[in-house]
Amino acid sequence: MDRNTANSRKDLSPPRFTILLVSAMALSYEILLMRLFSIVQYHHFAYMVISLALLGYGASGTFLVFFRQQFLRRFPVVLIGNILLFGITVVACYLGGQHLLFNPDEIFWNNRQWLKLFALYLLLALPFFFAANCIALAFSRFRQRISAIYAADLFGAGLGSIFIIGLLFIFFPQKLLLLLGSFIFSIAMVAWLELRLQPRWQALLFIGAAAVLFLLPSAWTDLAISPYKGLSQQMRINGSRIAEQKSSPLALLTVVENNLVPFRYAPGLSLAAQSEPPAQVGIFMDGDSMNVITRFPDDVSRLAYLDKLTSALPYHLKQAMDILILGAGAGSDILQALYYKTVDIAAVELNPQVVQLVRNRPEFSGNLLDRENVRVLIGEARSFVSGSSKNFDLIQLPMLNTFSSTAAGLYALNENYLYTVEALQEYMQHLAPAGYLGMSRWIKLPPRDTLKLFATALEALERLGTQDSGNHLVMIRSWQSAFLLVKKAPFSPEEINRVKEFCQERLFDLVYYPGMRRQEANRFNILRQPYFYDGAVSLLGKEAGSFMKRYKFNIKPSTDDRPYFSNFFKWRTLPEIFRLKGQGGMVLLESGYLILVLTLFQAIAASLLLILLPVIARPYAQVSEAGWNRPRIVAYFFAIGLGFLFLEIAYIQKFILYLGHPLYAAAAVLAIFLVFAGMGSQYGQAKRVHIKWPVAVILGLGIVDLIAVNLLFDALNWLPVPVKIFSAILILGPLAFCMGMPFPLALTEVGTDAPDLIPWAWAVNGCASVIAAVLATLLAIHFGFTAVVLGSLTLYGLAAAIFPGRYKLKGGRNTTG
Amino acid sequence: MKYFFKQRVLLFFHTWLFLLAFGSHAIGFDQYEEARRKMVKAIEADVRETSFYINRKSLDPRVMSVMGKVERHKFVPPSEQSWAYANRPIPIGHGQTISQPYIVALMTDLISVDPGDRVLEIGTGSGYQAAVLAEMGAEVFTIEIIEPLARKASERLAGLGYNQVKTRQGDGYYGWEEEAPFDAIVVTAAADHVPPPLVRQLKPGGVMVIPVGSRFLVQQLVLVSKDSAGSITTRQMLPVRFVPLTGDH
Repeated sequence: MDRNTANSRKDLSPPRFTILLVSAMALSYEILLMRLFSIVQYHHFAYMVISLALLGYGASGTFLVFFRQQFLRRFPVVLIGNILLFGITVVACYLGGQHLLFNPDEIFWNNRQWLKLFALYLLLALPFFFAANCIALAFSRFRQRISAIYAADLFGAGLGSIFIIGLLFIFFPQKLLLLLGSFIFSIAMVAWLELRLQPRWQALLFIGAAAVLFLLPSAWTDLAISPYKGLSQQMRINGSRIAEQKSSPLALLTVVENNLVPFRYAPGLSLAAQSEPPAQVGIFMDGDSMNVITRFPDDVSRLAYLDKLTSALPYHLKQAMDILILGAGAGSDILQALYYKTVDIAAVELNPQVVQLVRNRPEFSGNLLDRENVRVLIGEARSFVSGSSKNFDLIQLPMLNTFSSTAAGLYALNENYLYTVEALQEYMQHLAPAGYLGMSRWIKLPPRDTLKLFATALEALERLGTQDSGNHLVMIRSWQSAFLLVKKAPFSPEEINRVKEFCQERLFDLVYYPGMRRQEANRFNILRQPYFYDGAVSLLGKEAGSFMKRYKFNIKPSTDDRPYFSNFFKWRTLPEIFRLKGQGGMVLLESGYLILVLTLFQAIAASLLLILLPVIARPYAQVSEAGWNRPRIVAYFFAIGLGFLFLEIAYIQKFILYLGHPLYAAAAVLAIFLVFAGMGSQYGQAKRVHIKWPVAVILGLGIVDLIAVNLLFDALNWLPVPVKIFSAILILGPLAFCMGMPFPLALTEVGTDAPDLIPWAWAVNGCASVIAAVLATLLAIHFGFTAVVLGSLTLYGLAAAIFPGRYKLKGGRNTTG
Repeated sequence: MKYFFKQRVLLFFHTWLFLLAFGSHAIGFDQYEEARRKMVKAIEADVRETSFYINRKSLDPRVMSVMGKVERHKFVPPSEQSWAYANRPIPIGHGQTISQPYIVALMTDLISVDPGDRVLEIGTGSGYQAAVLAEMGAEVFTIEIIEPLARKASERLAGLGYNQVKTRQGDGYYGWEEEAPFDAIVVTAAADHVPPPLVRQLKPGGVMVIPVGSRFLVQQLVLVSKDSAGSITTRQMLPVRFVPLTGDH
């Protein structure tokens, strides 16, 4: 094997294609893991586990500090070994992880769950650890070509994000897991050939191994969905059977039929209802969040239950001619609109597969989506509204998500552009002069989202210049759901009388109408105090600001800059909730936000350990005093690690609204950033660019974008999507191009000053990236995405200041390996 | 050293055999009795804490006495028995849980069962709530949709001598028409709405209690009351002491 050691091949160029592929697979795996864990567990949990698993990158750097020399002596073998281990662990660690049967709900009672969680972190970090080893080893082995390797790493990641999204349309996630494992095995073949190892035919063995892995029995990779998720619970009921499954990067959809015990889904149904829904078919999204297709009955009176829902209110005020439903799902609200003989129904749905599943059952659904007066549009609701020139009599936002996940505050981390002040303004601008905007929410106690929605609507009305906003709002509730109705014109006394009648007949409570008295509230669904009424009235009063401040949950309206409608968390309330832990008070905990904070603390603690370990173990390692010493390496690589991710995340969010689709926007922005940064990395070293230039451009463009990007979006919003993507390249490309330079420029210098510290710098950068992703969300929740961009620009400025002076003067220098 | 180790192992083994043969039952019995007493104390403390919301300073002494009597450890899987009396929900398999004792006590109190009352329970689960209701003197009709759970609970309740509990495996949406009307209905598995047939099967003057939330955390308890004229109202209460605004109420 001697002929295959590094020493025999000193003139080799770096295995760039191998690095590109490894990086592509690592990013693909990250996205796939997110998908897999969102299905078997919940997405907030997936977010935490995967964020921390990415610390495998940092761990790799730390590990190589200790074993760099030994590994470099046998570089080709170690590289291929790491690729193979990456391939094996991609499959094995996920399967091991899902069978740990971790249950986050029990974590406050059962200490075993903490152990399981820790084991899960370790397991999932392994694949990233091996992938990162490949890249860090290549940096150390080819110190003079760091830019080329970094460029390959970034290109790979950029391509990986598009690659995996494409594959997620074709394969089910569990099959894709095997496919990724096989791909990674095949990379070993690429590495063998690229490193010109002998004999060349041995490369074929890796293809053989890849084929074996891909053909593993499919039962081995069956998804072990949490027994507490809706789909698992449903499948335990006699007669339940999975009729169909569809998968895309958006969700895994499972259609369940049961002829023995039919579905009966009617959220918010009145206690006065005499009839139940006709037979239904359930569609579970990621094993939970259920939607139903309702059988279209021959006798329309069997749909009478639709009249007993809180969402039926606007139909009792006026005959709607044109309705727009934002979030069609499987069509329950379309059915309601048809029941009330609405003339023209338009419905927007993000997931085309949901629509397809309904269309696949034309007889059952009564051809619901293809009726003469129904138009279903695939797309993102907000962007549809802003692109539409039509005005509607009624715009409905149906109840989304499941009750329990909403109740547990699990959506706190989700950016949601449907319920921001700007969104509501846009909806109202698309209403006919006497049109209504209706929004349904599950009831949470004490009130949270209902009051936040009320406050958001108020602010939107005020921003539109409405006088006496209180005259434009009506809110009602059942014991389980609330419905807010906003009218473009003030409500008339006649309409108010109809609202009262509607509620009286259905045992719904009035929460607010213009001129309502306190004693009219809290009649049928009795709370200790009329909390909803009191809240609404306080929000309308002069002291609204101080009410929101004093309220124990965050009910301040969300905006496009801080689009976290579902985050109700307030630190002030936390000690009180912890004191109530024994009584089951944890139900009040807005756990989504806390998980974010918990993730950040864990990431910081683990990063400190990974970064300090080499310093403690080798305190006297030789480092240059003037150049790249340890404090400088930590400060610099941390600053650019945070800075890069902050900008990337902030721009993904900004472009979601512009490109009109959360998934495609994320993929496009990620790809643009990584590919252009890769090009910048190549260019920076080839031209021996001075660090101050890329940083100056980043600062300049960053500030211009902050000021101009929203105006630009407004001006270009009418353009077709491909042109919009092209404009995104023009806006982001130059910025990303410059962001690709600071890392390789500095790492090349480290390679000259202190080659032993290359893996350590990699570890610092890896840890910073993990912390950045979590910190960016936390900053955005509190201060908005503008603050995230400003934070990033400051960090880049700091990095330029930290860069050792002698190199600044020289303008970079040609390094020798 | 080796000899010493061997001695220790032998000693441990002998002690274990002794306990198995003579001691475990007596020790276990005492432990559970004591654990139940502690559990009742914990429930009492929780009730005092939450009196604002649940509108009562203490629960019916009969309920507390029953809570101190029903052998909860016999309703949980063997692996969970050591914390059967902890004031927390416990998984019982099939994605189901046995509710927190405080919630069971509160729900039983809320429907104020008198001896001879006919009570319908939707969601038998382990059978613990049915046993508590039976100890209160009620005639209990309980339906469980998950077949293995229904079978096990039925055997368990019969084995423990709760003969006044009638069990059935099936869909609870339509209640138990043949045995209706009921003085009280307990719905242990929250649905997205209250099934109209259940409202119909409630006697005038009867009450229905529904815990709302996830399997592990009850967000609110909903008490549906039908008055003598047949009118329906609900009362919604938080099971914890928490006021959204302090000082204002």
